[in-house]
Amino acid sequence: MARSALTGSRIRERRTLGGVKQADLARAVGVSASYLNLIEHNRRRIGDALLKRIAAALGVEAAVLTEGAEAALVDALRDAAAVVEGEPAGEPPELARIEEFVGRFPGWAGLLARRHGRVALLERTVEALSDRMAHDPALSAVLHEVLSALTGVRSAAAILADTEDLEPEWRTRFQANLGADADRLAAGAGALVRYLDGPVGTETALASPSEEVERWLALRGGHLPEVEEGGAAAAAHLAAAEFASPIARQIAGGWFARYAADAARLPLAPFRAALAKAAGDPAVVAARFGVDLAAVLRRMASLPAVEGLGLVICDGAGAITFRRPAEGFALPRFGAGCALWPLYQALARPLVPLRAVVEMAGRSPRRFLTYAVCQPLHPAGFDAPQVLEATMLILPAPLEGDAAPVGPTCRLCPRDGCLARREPSILAEAF
Amino acid sequence: MDKHVLLVEDEPNIAEAMRFILTRDGWRVSTHGDGTDAAAVIRAAAPDVVVLDVMLPGRSGFEILQELRAGEATRDLPVLMLTAKGQARDREMAERAGASRFLTKPFANTEIVAALRDLVGR
Repeated sequence: MARSALTGSRIRERRTLGGVKQADLARAVGVSASYLNLIEHNRRRIGDALLKRIAAALGVEAAVLTEGAEAALVDALRDAAAVVEGEPAGEPPELARIEEFVGRFPGWAGLLARRHGRVALLERTVEALSDRMAHDPALSAVLHEVLSALTGVRSAAAILADTEDLEPEWRTRFQANLGADADRLAAGAGALVRYLDGPVGTETALASPSEEVERWLALRGGHLPEVEEGGAAAAAHLAAAEFASPIARQIAGGWFARYAADAARLPLAPFRAALAKAAGDPAVVAARFGVDLAAVLRRMASLPAVEGLGLVICDGAGAITFRRPAEGFALPRFGAGCALWPLYQALARPLVPLRAVVEMAGRSPRRFLTYAVCQPLHPAGFDAPQVLEATMLILPAPLEGDAAPVGPTCRLCPRDGCLARREPSILAEAF
Repeated sequence: MDKHVLLVEDEPNIAEAMRFILTRDGWRVSTHGDGTDAAAVIRAAAPDVVVLDVMLPGRSGFEILQELRAGEATRDLPVLMLTAKGQARDREMAERAGASRFLTKPFANTEIVAALRDLVGR
């Protein structure tokens, strides 16, 4: 349809280029000037025979008059026009003549379409970045911490430098304050750099309650000797003792209670022995203790003195409910991760255990062995809703053999041409 | 007679440094570190001037200032506001809430002394 509609415009363009009068061309091909005029203004469809005669008279291939302006270009311009509709200013684009525009000015039309695509990409980038800056409580908290520490440093330093008759006890006092605030400043600046540098989410300073709990656990290496010994009572006590905010307490309490239940079913020493005997295979250990696979994966992440191991848990909606980043396996701070993670593959196949070696995209690619499984959380009868949870254990793996490519999350992933991409990356193309 | 300044600031090191330099400058200094009851503490202490941090535990400096401005006794009390972010938004909010002046962290010791002297006409 676009083709026939545009043919008239192209005939007119070619005729004008060749300096041929409309009446002369009409006579040459045996139609009236007024009929040719209607054709040239795309108001009449043109038959094959007449098209051939006109092409011959103009000295061009018939195809030149029918082909050209791609439907894609028209679509892109329609899209651009739809975006403009929401904006108040200016004359509305002549939608009815969009094909004529594409036919007569293919260069300009192409340029407009490319600019439109570029604008859309930049708008999304700006949105993502401003979202990150404006609504990120972590960034705001880190900045506050840095500025507070800096104020302390500046005040104490000025007192030490400018007070001539400073008493020794005050001197000692402010020197100590200066040291403490300088440490805070260094920690804050470090957190800020980590935040702004590279894929975020591996480790951040002050943040949301769940991040606070995850960070606390990561610092402990995921192992809680108190809960190993004291069970559920110790778990509740630990959550209340370590976390000030009610939300963090609740999150920590939930996790610690689960830890206690896992530890009761999989006591430390026998679990370690069984794991060693099974050469680290979680399925063998699960069978040996008669527990579910996810419990074994969580328990593996709670062993003392294990380096570089990560654990991610998500709910049935794919929302990450627990994250312990493995070094080099970047976990996004907000939103879902990479759709190619075995975690999500497991979500699509409940109760099927998955083992996969994956390669994380990044400046220096790293490989990981992952174990993932999805299980119903509350087996509550036939009529209750099924609440699913997927768990993925992440272990460092050597750089050899096959590995499935994965990323942190689309926005932070540099992989080109990924079939699973749901939004553009803010890393490569835009900057 | 010494002028009385009340510092409402939760960072102990910053409060201590301010207390030191202001005492040396001849002020009578008291401090308070919590936002929740700050307005009541200010009313009870009836200082000549208040230094009020924006980010306080329990209650924000803006809310405290609003309460002060609504009260008969504290309507015209000079208040020097401390904002940590130094953002236009904070400054705007401080002005709207009725701050007499404000300083952006990190400030210099001399700045705070000069600002307070200015506020009480010393």
